[in-house]
Amino acid sequence: MDWYIILAATIKIVVFVFLVTLPLVAMSVWAERRVSAAIQDRVGPNRVGPAGLLQPVADGIKFLLKEDFTPNHVRKSFYWLAPALTMIPSLLTCAVIPFGSQLFGEKMVIADLDVGPLFVFAVASLTVYGIVLAGWASNSKYPFLGSVRSTSQMISYEISLGLSIVPLLMIYGELNLGRIVMEQAQNGWALLPLWGEGLSVKGWLLAIPLFISFIVFTTSMFAETNRLPFDLPECETELVAGYHTEYSSMKFALFFLGEYAAMIIGSGLAVTLFFGGWSLPFGWLTPESIDAEVPFWHGLIHIGVFFAKVILFIIFFIAVRWTLPRFRYDQLMKLGWVVFFELALANVILTALLLMWLK
Amino acid sequence: MAIVVKRPKLKWYEHLYLPALAKGLRVTMGHFFKLLSGKTKVTMQYPEEKWDANLPEYYRGAPALVTDEQQRERCVACQLCEFICPPRAITIKPEEIPSEDKWAKVEKRPKTFDINMIRCIYCGLCEEVCPEQAIYLRKDYAITGTSREEMIHDKEKLYEIGGVREGLVNKWNELK
Repeated sequence: MDWYIILAATIKIVVFVFLVTLPLVAMSVWAERRVSAAIQDRVGPNRVGPAGLLQPVADGIKFLLKEDFTPNHVRKSFYWLAPALTMIPSLLTCAVIPFGSQLFGEKMVIADLDVGPLFVFAVASLTVYGIVLAGWASNSKYPFLGSVRSTSQMISYEISLGLSIVPLLMIYGELNLGRIVMEQAQNGWALLPLWGEGLSVKGWLLAIPLFISFIVFTTSMFAETNRLPFDLPECETELVAGYHTEYSSMKFALFFLGEYAAMIIGSGLAVTLFFGGWSLPFGWLTPESIDAEVPFWHGLIHIGVFFAKVILFIIFFIAVRWTLPRFRYDQLMKLGWVVFFELALANVILTALLLMWLK
Repeated sequence: MAIVVKRPKLKWYEHLYLPALAKGLRVTMGHFFKLLSGKTKVTMQYPEEKWDANLPEYYRGAPALVTDEQQRERCVACQLCEFICPPRAITIKPEEIPSEDKWAKVEKRPKTFDINMIRCIYCGLCEEVCPEQAIYLRKDYAITGTSREEMIHDKEKLYEIGGVREGLVNKWNELK
């Protein structure tokens, strides 16, 4: 029996992380370039392969073949460790995200942990070590400033990120992401309570704190992944490229990919928590319970639905990036500590009161 | 003198920043969908689409030598173009036309005529200065090569680009 579990887990890891998430990272780089081009009335990369779809492959080859230059003034060991430390946590968080219901009677999640969101936040916050090490080991002015900025930004926003989903966990009374999704599939998504038990006064009242927490969560996610409008750690106009200024070739690519992987996992988490994960709206094709048998093609549809939602969310990420200008650093800190922290706390209390009142 | 910039007083909903985001997204997504639906005119896809058809009459491309209607090379190696050429791209070695030649009365012709296309600035002064109407700027603009030697157009290449041009100078034509 043991070998069966190991085999299933290995297959899920290989397929979900290496055959789906990593290509999705590459494709989101391509999508970023094409969408930004379209927004700015340009064409974007369209030469390599049909519609430029093979551009990420060409980029990858370029990164591999470029000279991997290590400056003389860096701390070699930390300098080498940093890119890996940004990439690994991003991919590790894949483990708890349910990317489908069931296939062959096997739950479509690598590790069915009962502390899903906590695991994600715990591991994702390790990314900051990679950035700190990169900035410190580079032994140069701009990377250092970039990493200091990034560190304080990530630490500030982690608080509101964590607090923002507390109302959600209170409402579902659950920390297992798979069961949260199941609950949403049957009783309406967190932000769209249009069917099941969600279609009631209670469901709509509870959607108010959930909407607030969605706003706080998404904004904090932007800050956590260092994307515009919060990309101060690497803003070109002030810091050259921030913490990865001294990096070249594949080591730079690892930072780059880690950032996009974090974005994808963030999208996956947002979809799982607020948009019902792999479930279709209005309870279509929803299994009876978490352990019920799911027909093979339903399972496939659920996986497709999950990735469709993630891709839509990534496009939203990209569109926001090319819409908003960058915040000033004091505005960023003020937003994190004065607005979002209080808002998330008040939201927790609001949810508690609502739950008490509606009981 | 310091100028006090008047800050606009924001309404409460403008402080939320979200309406601004929606407005911004409407602008960017408007551009996005306009481009997707092909309403936005974007840049020409160069190697597939070329602007050859839209070149104006007066376009100055690669300079080339021409022959007249009797296959005589028009250049008489007067070297005026060589002297006027601002970047000194033209190098001419004249030679005498042997007396048994049909065109012996022209007396001179270029033995070699090289235009260094790395140097050429397409100013058209050679065309302007030529008393024999022998050198013209054509519409070829994609002059490329893989070595410096390849970028030097010799006489043969120049006549190949130039071809035949009739009329204009009739002083060597006995029929006219």
